[in-house]
Amino acid sequence: MRATLASAHVEASLTADAGEVVALVGPNGAGKTSLLRALAGLLPSTGTVELAGRDVAALPVHARGVGWVPQSPSLFTHLSARDNAAYALRARGIRRSTARDRAQDWLTRLGIGELGDARPRALSGGQVARVALARALAAEPDLLLLDEPLAALDTATRDDVRRLLRTTLAGGRAPVLVVTHDPVDVVALADRLVVLERGRVVQEGSPAEVAAAPRSTWVAGLLGQNAWRGTCDATGLVVDGGHIAAADPLPAGTTALALCEPSAVTLHRSPPQGSARTVLRGPVGELRALGGRVRVVVESSPWVTAEVTVAAAAELRLTDGGEVWAALKATEVRLVSV
Amino acid sequence: MRPRTPLLLAVPAGVSAVLLLLPLLALLDRTPWGRLPGLLGRPDVQQALWLSLRCALAATALSLLLGVPLAWVLARTPLPGRRVLRGLVTVPLVLPPVVGGVALLLAFGRRGVLGDLLVEAGAVPAFTTWGVILAEAFVALPFLVLTVEGALTALPRDAEEVAGTLGSAPLRVFLTVTLPAVGPSVAAGTVLAGARALGEFGATTTFAGSLPGRTQTVPLAVYALLQDDPAAAYALSAVLLAVSVLLVLGLRTRVR
Repeated sequence: MRATLASAHVEASLTADAGEVVALVGPNGAGKTSLLRALAGLLPSTGTVELAGRDVAALPVHARGVGWVPQSPSLFTHLSARDNAAYALRARGIRRSTARDRAQDWLTRLGIGELGDARPRALSGGQVARVALARALAAEPDLLLLDEPLAALDTATRDDVRRLLRTTLAGGRAPVLVVTHDPVDVVALADRLVVLERGRVVQEGSPAEVAAAPRSTWVAGLLGQNAWRGTCDATGLVVDGGHIAAADPLPAGTTALALCEPSAVTLHRSPPQGSARTVLRGPVGELRALGGRVRVVVESSPWVTAEVTVAAAAELRLTDGGEVWAALKATEVRLVSV
Repeated sequence: MRPRTPLLLAVPAGVSAVLLLLPLLALLDRTPWGRLPGLLGRPDVQQALWLSLRCALAATALSLLLGVPLAWVLARTPLPGRRVLRGLVTVPLVLPPVVGGVALLLAFGRRGVLGDLLVEAGAVPAFTTWGVILAEAFVALPFLVLTVEGALTALPRDAEEVAGTLGSAPLRVFLTVTLPAVGPSVAAGTVLAGARALGEFGATTTFAGSLPGRTQTVPLAVYALLQDDPAAAYALSAVLLAVSVLLVLGLRTRVR
């Protein structure tokens, strides 16, 4: 797939190879869904969309060969699961019995072979997601667009369906574009990551590349890092409301991100001693359990997220409110020019 | 203890119930049940019943055939003046039926806007059975259009859009996804339109007259019989009441 298109909310160039899974991420309102809809032909746009060697940009939706699974799975409620999956084949004029057999094969591949006769109303969220996927895959599209395919599912089902997506999409014929908000999806599903902000592509690369050098505070936050945007000075970065010291400063005046892993941030109940570090003081905000550890947002200026052990959190009596000091060693802060 | 219903509400509520039910009970009371089989067997009565049934079915079919596409256009296309058109479609709902009849005469009558054309084609519908069907469709169509249009507007577009991406051309999407999704509303609209067509009086008598066997449907026959043979009029009224009750019951079970 090779697309360059402009629509009301988005202007982007994208490429994706056969079988490649590209995660499309970005803040709300960045134009992710608009981009998918423009590619599918559901939103007017200008430009070219080259799929399997032909430009489909001028073709109507039904002639594009672009599969689309919207956020709400939107099964055809008057049809059985099997007939939902057979819909594209029937639209193509394939005989009912043949279409049903092939649809049944897809349901079986997606682990819901026994639900062929079920009506959508009788299905659980995970089953609905699978039928929607079977319906899109059975059409054998030249490009598959998935708009937050896991967002509506509960946690356990989400893991199941994600595993299913990974095995089903891997090595497929068509490139796949997945919109997601979940870093786990990015790591688990995507070969490549495209970051969209305010309707423009701001960064793309493998998840590891983007995580190593995020070009915006938003994508750094998505991947779990502290990130502040600001202007470099001799000792670090001047940010909105404060200063972050870094061991390896960039030339003064450079616009950059300061990045720091939450696990490298230490928390204290009294002012910490020592030099070459940034000390931020503020009330304890949100607390979130993360395995055996706790993520703590300190509402200092600027805000900082720390990750500490449960024992440390208890010892610091973080739930009692009050102020804490957060310390970031300059050697743990990395500056990335943007 | 349950709170007592305030008198100021209870009294008018009771009066309105009496107002609605008493006439119907009176009709049932005066219906000559014993003579009913004989009355309904009379050739003139059978003629009216049969004509009513045919015309109402034809008008309902016409409404369905024309109304569903109109509802779709109103709900789904960026047609300029769509809002105005939607408002105009509602007008026949509130228009006095006799005015509708006059308007139909001025459009499709011998001296109407299309008069010369229709005379030349030998197909003037005024004062013919076709005229009855046209008058009934005129008053029934809005019920169907509004019911279906409401359902289409409320229907999420996702399923239709997905059907498009699955290779279904717009007409096929309409037939295989949209129509099944709004099926219950189409059915409800059809029943409402049918009931309205069956009971049509004012527009019919104005536009098509009251010619026994050709344009005298049951409501017109009831009115005509009231002078000379009230018992027959009561019997026919009871039949119309029974049909109305059946339609309401059918509508309620469909909706549930």
